[in-house]
Amino acid sequence: MIANYGYKDGSGEYYISIDTDKCISCEAGRACLTGCPKGMFETMVDDYDDEVVQIKQQFRRNLAYDCAECKPASNRPPLPCITACTPGAITHSW
Amino acid sequence: MSEQLNTGDKKPEFWRWQENCWADETKDWRSAKAVTVGIDVGSVSSQCVIVADGELYAYNSMRTGNNSPDSARNAFKGVTEKTGLTLDDVHMVVGTGYGRVNVPFSHKAITEIACHARGANYMGGNKVRTILDMGGQDCKAIHCDDKGKVTNFLMNDKCAAGTGRGMEVISDLMQIPIAELGPRSFEVDEEPEAVSSVCVVFAKSEALALLKGGYTKNKVIAAYCQAMAERVVSLLERIGVEEGFFITGGIAKNPGVVKRIEKLLGIQAMNTKIDSQIAGALGAALFANTLVQKQGPLAPIAA
Repeated sequence: MIANYGYKDGSGEYYISIDTDKCISCEAGRACLTGCPKGMFETMVDDYDDEVVQIKQQFRRNLAYDCAECKPASNRPPLPCITACTPGAITHSW
Repeated sequence: MSEQLNTGDKKPEFWRWQENCWADETKDWRSAKAVTVGIDVGSVSSQCVIVADGELYAYNSMRTGNNSPDSARNAFKGVTEKTGLTLDDVHMVVGTGYGRVNVPFSHKAITEIACHARGANYMGGNKVRTILDMGGQDCKAIHCDDKGKVTNFLMNDKCAAGTGRGMEVISDLMQIPIAELGPRSFEVDEEPEAVSSVCVVFAKSEALALLKGGYTKNKVIAAYCQAMAERVVSLLERIGVEEGFFITGGIAKNPGVVKRIEKLLGIQAMNTKIDSQIAGALGAALFANTLVQKQGPLAPIAA
């Protein structure tokens, strides 16, 4: 399942997508939980009883601002969450 | 003017949509092996659905009150009065929706995303692939497989744009009953441009400006319906739209929005005889039925 967390507003689309099929059997030891400097990720058991990662509720409506520190306008380094997620389950829409 | 607007000395409530309570009189829940309940407590409406042996038996759809537990109790009470069924006769209750964790007598809470997909699969059959749920204060685009399992979803709950609450505000502003907005949006000489903002607050002021500028009420409604359609289509396009397109939620009853969505997507939405507003609660009751088959019935929890 692809779970999209985020929103669209007048300034753009801000979604973090998590491919839960890649997330269920995480080979990275849930490194995203500590990789994100804001601690935006958490584990949960989804509706189909699989343990997966999701974005915490309090961050879902502020992604453009909360992710800003990891996304400078120039010389952008690799995103820590995407680097930590070696199975490649995490993507950003912006 | 419709009956729902006859409120005596009170201000007419144009936004007030028709509440509904129904039971299948050709069936009797007493002869069912498994009776399960789904309760969907949404931000605007609450539903209770009874499923008997995996088939829809009864439902109650009403406006959400000022607290979730009471809304859940009232939704269930409506069905109780209609069918004679009590909590002691129910084998499992699943709560869903915005207030799902506050359903006092539920055994389990499941997200509305999974429940809408399951409900749409029942209502539209196993060909349903793309679901648009236009709820009271949020909007969800869902992809599912032939069993109604979610494969991709996206939810926008940051603002009430493109939601039922937005339509209620326009209904009150235009002083036209909400059920008439859809049909009246087609009574225009030519299709107007969409209002530039679907933000409920700004759309209200823009609608007033259009009226002052000479637009008829019907033309303003048409412009708002078009804006709502454009808004939700942009959400749908993000996850991709496949044949087997199904709309759930209260706005599915508004042809002014539905027809415009179909036109923008180039796809017809699937039809159903079942009230589109109960999809979430129906899905919850079906999940409960599956759990009863796997785990057996559970003792009732006091309401």
